[in-house]
Amino acid sequence: MSSKEMYREYLLDLYKFPHNFGTLQKFTHEGHHSNNSCGDMLFFQFYVKDNKIENVMFTGSGCVISIASASLLTDAIKGKTLEEADKISADDILSMLTVPISPARIKCALISLDALKSTVEKSK
Amino acid sequence: MNLKNDFPLISGSNLSYLDNAATTQKPARVIDSMNKFYLINNANTHSGLYDLSEAATKLYEESREAIAEFINADSDEIVFTRGATESINVISRTLPALFGDKTHIIVSEMEHHSNFVPWQQLAKNNNYILNVIKMNSKFEIDYEELERGISKNTAVVAISHVSNALGTIHDIKRIIDIAHKHNAFVLIDASQSIPHIPIDVKKLDCDFLVFSGHKMYGPLGIGVLYGKKEFLDKIPPFLYGGDMIESVTVERTTFAKYPKKFEAGTQNIAGAVGLAEAVRYIKDKTLEAIAEHEANLLKYTLNKLSKIPGIVIYSPKHNAGIISFNIPPIHPHDLASILNDYNVAIRAGHHCCMPLMNKLSLPGTVRISLACYNTYEDIDALINGLNKALEILK
Repeated sequence: MSSKEMYREYLLDLYKFPHNFGTLQKFTHEGHHSNNSCGDMLFFQFYVKDNKIENVMFTGSGCVISIASASLLTDAIKGKTLEEADKISADDILSMLTVPISPARIKCALISLDALKSTVEKSK
Repeated sequence: MNLKNDFPLISGSNLSYLDNAATTQKPARVIDSMNKFYLINNANTHSGLYDLSEAATKLYEESREAIAEFINADSDEIVFTRGATESINVISRTLPALFGDKTHIIVSEMEHHSNFVPWQQLAKNNNYILNVIKMNSKFEIDYEELERGISKNTAVVAISHVSNALGTIHDIKRIIDIAHKHNAFVLIDASQSIPHIPIDVKKLDCDFLVFSGHKMYGPLGIGVLYGKKEFLDKIPPFLYGGDMIESVTVERTTFAKYPKKFEAGTQNIAGAVGLAEAVRYIKDKTLEAIAEHEANLLKYTLNKLSKIPGIVIYSPKHNAGIISFNIPPIHPHDLASILNDYNVAIRAGHHCCMPLMNKLSLPGTVRISLACYNTYEDIDALINGLNKALEILK
């Protein structure tokens, strides 16, 4: 697969100027996931009020695909309940990215999902 | 030197294949030799009392001889395996029978996981001590640390000839001499050196040497374990089954002599034939000419790469044609994906050397690795692709 598709302006912007990037002063949940084989690390923080994720931020480092997917995922879970966020699947992430992800890079796209699950897990 | 036309997969293609440390492409004559085997010679070896089986046996044993001659071994010191990983596992699982009271194992932190994990697990399962020799700031093994770390309690030293991640050519003669001074066995992983550097196991006085066929223009699924015959004679078999026996009764089995003792079951005969043809290919082109071409290309590549702003190159002085680098903060996977758009195939990641990457405090690097068929145009394509990646990602 050509990565010309994968590296569209849209994803590059989300990588260069990620949404929800930083840390929360006030948070109720935090979690992280890292992939030892590629070195990517993502840290998530939620501020949950009345069972709703009122605010979410992430930090970390990674490739274009992992940072862009964390940008999109954090956008997507804002306002959702923890249960709703927990139901987000790998396929949901891949469709959020809108561009086809080559097989070798799918794990990059899913680091954010694992970070999300780890953050939700802390509330259980 | 331009050998691209000998290799059908890259001949006439615009692919710049620079991942040769992972696997090399195969010359037509290697592929043809294997086709020919299946088309006209296919039979099981050693057992059939008919012409076809005799011909297959002869080809298999001639392949062993060609490979033995290539590293100046005797042909009965060449055991065919599936690859270097299996060869190392054969030794890590059987050599402890000759350890006596010794309980120390030495490896380096520059090893590929294939020459690290088998020894680490052996140590763990037997309460042996695994001594991991450090890399110095010049990306070389710290030989002084090796001298300090080795003792009369050291059973085996297992070290690669060339680092697959950084290209460092280790002074294996020096390592072998140090080990032998302390009566330790030495296993050399020659997977990355065998297509680049002439090897003479007798001159080196090497106890065990392993390599894979597919990294030296040969087929996948065939590799070599060289062992000094006195040791092959003494260590027990690794796999039990057919072909490795002398006689079997209900009560007991006596084993065949080496190398057959280590070749249980029907072997990869076509693989052996293909590997021998790869050896003949290298001999025809000569390792000297190949090494000179690759050294010139390496110099050209290092010079071009060093002009890229912000690049960090991890390259030792004695390098067998592998360059690891990063262009921070760009992730190696992003560089690899974008280079792919420009038909440049490179490796990005930890290169199965996580202890080494930890030492460098890196998750991974971008790695290019050269072969005899690479050209200056391949390198220009790499540099062009890297510049494009910088435009896209910066």
